[in-house]
Amino acid sequence: MAGRGTRDGGRVLLEVKGLRVAVLGNEILKGVDLAIRDGEVHAIMGPNGSGKSTLAQVLAGHPAYTVVAGTVKYDGKDLLGMKPEERARAGVFLAFQYPVEIRGITNSYFLRSALNALRRERGEPELDPIDFLQVLEEKVKAIGWDDSMMNRPVNEGFSGGEKKRNEILQLAVLEPRMAILDETDSGLDIDALKTVAHAVNQLRRPDRAFLIVTHYQRLLNHIRPDVVHVLADGRIVKTGGPELALELEAKGYDWLRDGVMVS
Amino acid sequence: MAHVEQLVGSYRAWASNGAAQAPAWLKDLREGGIARFHDLGFPNMKQEAWRFTNVAPIAEGSFALARPPARIPKLEEIQPFLLLEAGYRLVFVDGFFQPALSTPFFDDVQSLAHVVAHRPDLVREHLGKYAATQDRPFSALNTAFVHEGAFVHVPARATVEYPVQLLFLVTSGKPVVMHPRNLVLVDREARVSIVETYAALDDGVYWTNAVTEIVVGDGARVDYHRVQREGARAYHVATTQSHQGRDSTLNLHFVAFGGTLARHDIGAVLAGPGGTLILNGLYLLAGQQHADHHTTIDHAADHCESHEYFNGVLDERSRGVFTGRIIVRPGAQKTDSKQTNNNLLLSTDAHADSQPQLEIYADDVKCTHGSTVGPLDPRALFYVRSRGVGEHEAKRLLTYGFAAEILGRMEVAPLRAQLDAIVRGRLAEQ
Repeated sequence: MAGRGTRDGGRVLLEVKGLRVAVLGNEILKGVDLAIRDGEVHAIMGPNGSGKSTLAQVLAGHPAYTVVAGTVKYDGKDLLGMKPEERARAGVFLAFQYPVEIRGITNSYFLRSALNALRRERGEPELDPIDFLQVLEEKVKAIGWDDSMMNRPVNEGFSGGEKKRNEILQLAVLEPRMAILDETDSGLDIDALKTVAHAVNQLRRPDRAFLIVTHYQRLLNHIRPDVVHVLADGRIVKTGGPELALELEAKGYDWLRDGVMVS
Repeated sequence: MAHVEQLVGSYRAWASNGAAQAPAWLKDLREGGIARFHDLGFPNMKQEAWRFTNVAPIAEGSFALARPPARIPKLEEIQPFLLLEAGYRLVFVDGFFQPALSTPFFDDVQSLAHVVAHRPDLVREHLGKYAATQDRPFSALNTAFVHEGAFVHVPARATVEYPVQLLFLVTSGKPVVMHPRNLVLVDREARVSIVETYAALDDGVYWTNAVTEIVVGDGARVDYHRVQREGARAYHVATTQSHQGRDSTLNLHFVAFGGTLARHDIGAVLAGPGGTLILNGLYLLAGQQHADHHTTIDHAADHCESHEYFNGVLDERSRGVFTGRIIVRPGAQKTDSKQTNNNLLLSTDAHADSQPQLEIYADDVKCTHGSTVGPLDPRALFYVRSRGVGEHEAKRLLTYGFAAEILGRMEVAPLRAQLDAIVRGRLAEQ
């Protein structure tokens, strides 16, 4: 199903086949197929309730979902058999739609714990607070931000925009190979959206793929995807290049739904 | 009631012998205390304020009045309980003041017994004026045995540079009772930070029955920290009562780690307009530990602010009780009061009771309260794991956060580090 715009020859990093997922006995994903190659940026668009966020959370290993059928291979390994922390250590990162508040733990302490968990996995020495601050400063500068959020408890009292920025900051520090952004644009005003998009663009690399889940096309004005998929009623109903996003913006989702029913 | 009689008898013996030298006003205070205790007896669970806490192990136990320690510990033995070399320090062993281990300051940071002899008027003016005894049997009993404890006086506009450390250590090894009585007087616009610690070098059964009165003058600022890390089989009953003047700031921090049964009555009166009060507390319990915090914030004046944060972390079969009473008196307009009590249950056998009690008699006020009781938030657990942190470590991190949230509000860095190490040690055992 390699859609238009994929760079042929790149290795497939993430391969989803026939994925069916239920929550509380209710089937939400009804057979999803998807292949993302190293360095590609894929967007998944779709109306509310189409299963976009479910897909993002299942890939990260959220325990509330039951995989009914299908496989997901990541870097040749069975992703669905891995615990959430194992996925993270293997390079999968989910930027949450609703980042969770963690009382009493500062952002910098949290992020250092996470980075050290990844470093242990890679056989690298753990960073002490001072070394970590250096790494952090570098990463933060690279995306043009400051580290003013680092000494506050994780997401506690953060504005909606700050929470989303914090997710991208974590992405920058943890350096995943497969970054999944779950409605990172929701709740952002246009300035905040541009800031986040700019940071994501700075983080694009040939060895880092992105899966961007979004309801609106506007984020894709700033982050240009290689491939756009449309998810409706638990299935990918259309795949195309960046122009598909514009078409959706103009026409809405209904024409695709009708199309599904006709075919 | 046999035990009440035994305690009264032990009081009579003490009053006619060891305590016979006291001035008449102090004898009167003691007599009033023992009479009140005799009338009240021990509380029982039919009483509203004692619904969740059974003091039978104390009431039915047999505790002799503590005697001077046979051996005085060396400085290095008490080092783990101290924070800084610098600053004033009062050390009590089995309830008795230890000059050799202490660094007092004239008649201002001294043993209460010394100040009663040297500045009787100052003590007489305040002692027993704040901590209620009429319906408080333990406080009444403490008042009957008023003799020894810490006295801290900060004169007007003075600032004490280093935290004052008050250390109460138990070494007895025998089932004894101690009634430490502390009086803290901070005059107008003065500033001081105090750390009061209860600990043991012995894991025997004993009973601490402490009362601390804190008077904060107009425009003064006091940071008061109380660390209860009593021995594993200890009973700890305490009253801390503060009284604040106009535009004063009082930050009260409480940490309870120790004892098998602990009850702490905390009372704070905002007596002058513009006062600010923080009540910040943590109880970290495991095994069969039971800790009951009964707090009363009394907004008696207008334009005062109070913020109360209590977190409980309860493992195994432990039980935490929190009562947060807030009284807003008629005329205490523009009161701003916020209370939260969050309880984390780490085991299905752990239990927490949380009860806010708001009594508001003024109409232009802002009062909010909230409490939670439950296990770790599964969403938070997934969030942390999704960043690469293993499940066990993620649980520990979230649990640590519950404690760190409270410790983070304390401004004395060496104290924070000391408590942080205790918390980490406790979590590492899980």
